[in-house]
Amino acid sequence: MADIALTKKDFTSDQEVRWCPGCGDYSILSTMQSFLPEMGVPRENIVFISGIGCSSRFPYYLETFGVHSVHGRAPAVASGLAIARPDLSIFVITGDGDALSIGGNHLIHAMRRNVELKILLFNNRIYGLTKGQYSPTSEKGKITKSTPIGSLDTPFNPISLALGAEASFVARSVDSDRKHLTEVLRAATAHKGSALVEIYQNCPIFNDGAFDSVKDPSTKEGSLLQMVHGQPIKSAKYGVVKNDLHFEVKPLDQINEVDIIIHDAHHPDPSYAYALSRLSGSELEHVPVGYSAMLLDRVTHHWSTPNLMK
Amino acid sequence: MTKPVVALKSVVIRFAGDSGDGMQLTGDRFTMDTASLGNDLSTLPNFPAEIRAPQGTLPGVSSFQLHFADHHVLTAGDAPDVLVAMNPAALKANIKELPKGAMLIVDKDEFTTRNLQKVGYETNPLEDGSLDGYSIHAIPLTSLTVGALAEVEISKKDAERSKNMFALGLLTWMYHRPTESTIKFLEAKFGKKPDILKANLLAYNAGWNYGETTEDFANTYEIAPAKMPAGKYKNISGNQALAHGLIAGAQQSGLQLFLGSYPITPASDILHELSKHKKFNVITFQAEDEIAAVGAALGASYGGALGVTTTSGPGIALKSEMIGLAVMLELPLIIIDVQRGGPSTGLPTKTEQADLLQVMFGRNGECPAVVIAASQPSDCFAMSLEAIRIATTYRVPVFYLSDGYIANGSEPWKIPNVSELPDLKVEFARTQENFLPYDRDPKTLARPWAIPGTKGLEHRIGGIEKADKTGAISYEPKNHDFMVRTRQAKIDNVEVPDLHVDDPTGDANVLFLGWGSTFGPIASAVEVLRSNGEKVAQAHLKYINPFPKNLGDVLNKYPKVITPEMNLGQLALLLRAKYLKDIISYNQVRGLPFSTAELVEAAMGVING
Ligand code: SF4
Repeated sequence: MADIALTKKDFTSDQEVRWCPGCGDYSILSTMQSFLPEMGVPRENIVFISGIGCSSRFPYYLETFGVHSVHGRAPAVASGLAIARPDLSIFVITGDGDALSIGGNHLIHAMRRNVELKILLFNNRIYGLTKGQYSPTSEKGKITKSTPIGSLDTPFNPISLALGAEASFVARSVDSDRKHLTEVLRAATAHKGSALVEIYQNCPIFNDGAFDSVKDPSTKEGSLLQMVHGQPIKSAKYGVVKNDLHFEVKPLDQINEVDIIIHDAHHPDPSYAYALSRLSGSELEHVPVGYSAMLLDRVTHHWSTPNLMK
Repeated sequence: MTKPVVALKSVVIRFAGDSGDGMQLTGDRFTMDTASLGNDLSTLPNFPAEIRAPQGTLPGVSSFQLHFADHHVLTAGDAPDVLVAMNPAALKANIKELPKGAMLIVDKDEFTTRNLQKVGYETNPLEDGSLDGYSIHAIPLTSLTVGALAEVEISKKDAERSKNMFALGLLTWMYHRPTESTIKFLEAKFGKKPDILKANLLAYNAGWNYGETTEDFANTYEIAPAKMPAGKYKNISGNQALAHGLIAGAQQSGLQLFLGSYPITPASDILHELSKHKKFNVITFQAEDEIAAVGAALGASYGGALGVTTTSGPGIALKSEMIGLAVMLELPLIIIDVQRGGPSTGLPTKTEQADLLQVMFGRNGECPAVVIAASQPSDCFAMSLEAIRIATTYRVPVFYLSDGYIANGSEPWKIPNVSELPDLKVEFARTQENFLPYDRDPKTLARPWAIPGTKGLEHRIGGIEKADKTGAISYEPKNHDFMVRTRQAKIDNVEVPDLHVDDPTGDANVLFLGWGSTFGPIASAVEVLRSNGEKVAQAHLKYINPFPKNLGDVLNKYPKVITPEMNLGQLALLLRAKYLKDIISYNQVRGLPFSTAELVEAAMGVING
C-alpha cells in the first residue's frame, strides 16, 4: 500500500497531452488516472508499456514508470519485465493495429502464457497515427484511404481471438462510460494472470461515430448487453438466451425473463465467454460489455518461474 | 601378447558416417576421453542441416574431426591421419581430403552394390585399387557388432545402431584412451533402457577386443599429455563456455540473468545450457519469435536484470528494430550472434563471419552499438564477462559475435578461480529529487539505470527522440543533432584493451590481422611460416566497435597487412574506411574454417609479391 493516499493528480504527468480534440483516448486516460489511486499500489511499482499508435502515447501522461516501445511489441517487452519483476503492476496499452496486426503474435502468446499483464486494447477500428487506413477490426467493405472500393478483409473480433489464444480474462467496455470502464479495470487488476480489455474508442478524425450505436443515449440502452455477475445478460430491449449450440439475442417481449442467461463471470469453460463474444458482429447491433474471468486451473507465468527454480 | 606402442606427437582423426550413425556422439566421447588424458585438442563437427537426410547419400554425411597432441593445438587440423568411414557415402565425401599414407578404417558390410550405386561408385573402391597408398582396414563392422550382441534381446536394427560404439571401442584401444567415462556416460544415457545399454557396452567392448586380438592392427599409439599452464581443465565447446561466462558474469554483477531466446542453429545450445542453471538466478524465456526474445530481454533489463538474447544472423535481422529501441533507451543488453552461412537461411550448420556489417550497421538511423567477438571456444567465457562489463558500465547494447566453428568446436578450458573474476557490481539510481533520466555520467556518458520500484524515479521513455537530460519527447533540431552525436560518442568512448601484436623479432613486414574464429588457423599458419624462417606478425581483434585505440599505430607499422575472413572482406572494409590502410583481404566462404596450408600459401604470395 502507498503510505499516503494518492489522488488522480498524483498520477497525472507534466506532459502536454497531444491527442486530437474529442479523441476517445482522453476519457480513457482520465478514467485510468482516477482509478489508479484505488489500486493502492505505489506509483513507482506501476509500469505502463505501449507499442506505437495514437493510444500508445498513453504512458507519457501518467506519473508512473512508462515505456513507449516498438510497434506491436509491447506485450513482449512487458512479458520480460513481468517475469523478471513479479513485484510490479504492469499495463500494456495498445490499439487495434498495434495489437492485432503488426503485433498479433505477441498478443496471443502473452495470453496463452498467462503473464501477469493487463492489456488494454483501444479499438477505434482505424489507423489513426498513419492517417486513416483500414485496420484489422475495420468492418468489411470499409472505405478508407487504402481501400477506396472498400475493404475485403473479415475483421477480427478481439475477444474471440483472445479466447482462442487461451486468455484467462477478457472484457469489453466503452471509452466514454467512465463507471463501467472503472469496474472493468477493477476486475482486470484483481485477476491473477493476463487480462485483455477491449475498449471501444472513438476516433473523431478518421472514423468518427464508429461506435455511435453503443454511445448514443437514444440507442445505447438497446444495444449494450450488460454482463453483470449473477444478473441476466440483457439490454433495455433484448436478452441473451440459449439456442442449439450457443447463445442468441432476442427481444425481451419474445422471451421469458427466466430463460435469460444469468452471467457467471467465473464460468470455468471458455466456451461460455466465447459464445458471448460471438453475439457482437461488426454492425454493433448487440454488444456484450463486462468481463469474464475464467477460473482456469492455470498458474500465471511468473508464478511458475520460482517453482522451476527449485 | 601386447602389441608394440608407437609414440606420436599429434593425430587428426575424422569420424564420418550417415547422419543417423551417431558420429557426433562418437567424436564427442573420444574427445572427452582424450581431454581427460591431458592432451591439448581442437574439434570440428561438420553435419548437415537435415536431422536425418536420406540414408547413405552424400548430403547425409556427418563428420567429426578431432586434433589432439602432446603440444599446443590451434586448429582441428587440415587433413586427417585417420579416417573412419561408416559407409561408401562417408568415404566418397571425405577421401579427397585424406592424404596418401593415412589410415582408413571402413565398415566393409556397408559396401553393397546398392549403397555403392547410391553415391555413384561404379566399382567397389575397396577392390578396384583406387585406394592404393592408404593403410586400409576394411572391417565387417556391422556384422561383428550384431554378432557381439547375439545374447541381447533387441532388434537387428537396434543392434546395428550400436556399431558406432564398436568403432569407438576400436579407436579407444588403438590410442590408449581410458574407458571409464564413456561407460559412465552410456550408463547415464541408457540407464532406463537396460537392453540398449547392454548392447552399447558390449559393442564398445567388442571393438576394443577386436583391436587387441586380430592381426589387422600391428601397433597401438600413444600421445603424451601436452604441457599446459597449471590448473584444472575442462573440455568445453564455445556455446558452453559462453553460457558459463554469462552465468559467472551475472553472479559477479549481482544481477539476475534473463535470457530471451528463440531456437535457432547454431545458437540453441546456449539456451539449453542456461536453462539448466535456474539456481544461479538465471531465467530463460523461450519466446514466440526472435523479436519477442529480444523485446523480453530488453524489458527485463529495464526492470534491472541482465537482459541477453541469443541468435544467429537471420534472428539479428528480425531483432534490429528492437535493438534500435535499446540504443534509444540506453539500457544494457547483450545480443549474441552465433554466425552461420548466409544470406537468408543460407547454411544453417556451417560457419561464416558475414554478419559483421549487419551488426555494425543493420539498423535505421544513426544507431551505434558495441561489437565484440570471441576468437576460440575457450575464449567465449572471457568475452561473456567483457560483454557484461561493457553493457552494464555504459548502458548500451553489445553485439557479441561467435560462429558455428567456435560454437560447436571444443578445446580444453582452464577453469578460473572465482577470485580471479572481475568485479562487475552494478549500481542502480537511487531515490532523488528532480530526477533526470538522461543526465549522464561525465566519464562513461551512461545515463542512470533507474528501475521501476524506486520511489521518485517515475519517468517515461521510448523510441521517440528525447530531450537531453529530461528524456521528454523532443523534435527540436539541435537537440536531435546533439543526441545522435552523444550516442555515438558514448560507443566511441567505451574502454577496450589495446591490441596485442605477436611479433617475436619486432621487424616483420607482414602482419596477419584477423577477428573471430580465424584465430586458430592464422596462428597455426604463423607457426608454420616462422618455422620456415619467415618473419610474420600476428594480431587478433576482439573489439571491433570501438576498435582498440592503438589499432591505427599497429596498421601503420606494418607495410603489408593480410586479413583473412570467412566473408568477402567485411573487416577489411571497416579498416580501410577508418584508417585509409590498403588491407590485403583474403577470403573464402565455404562454410568451413580456413586450412593452415591455404593461409601459409596466401602469406607466401604476399611475402614474395
Ligand atoms: S487520430 Fe483519432 S485516435 Fe488518433 S489522436 Fe486523433 S482522434 Fe485520437
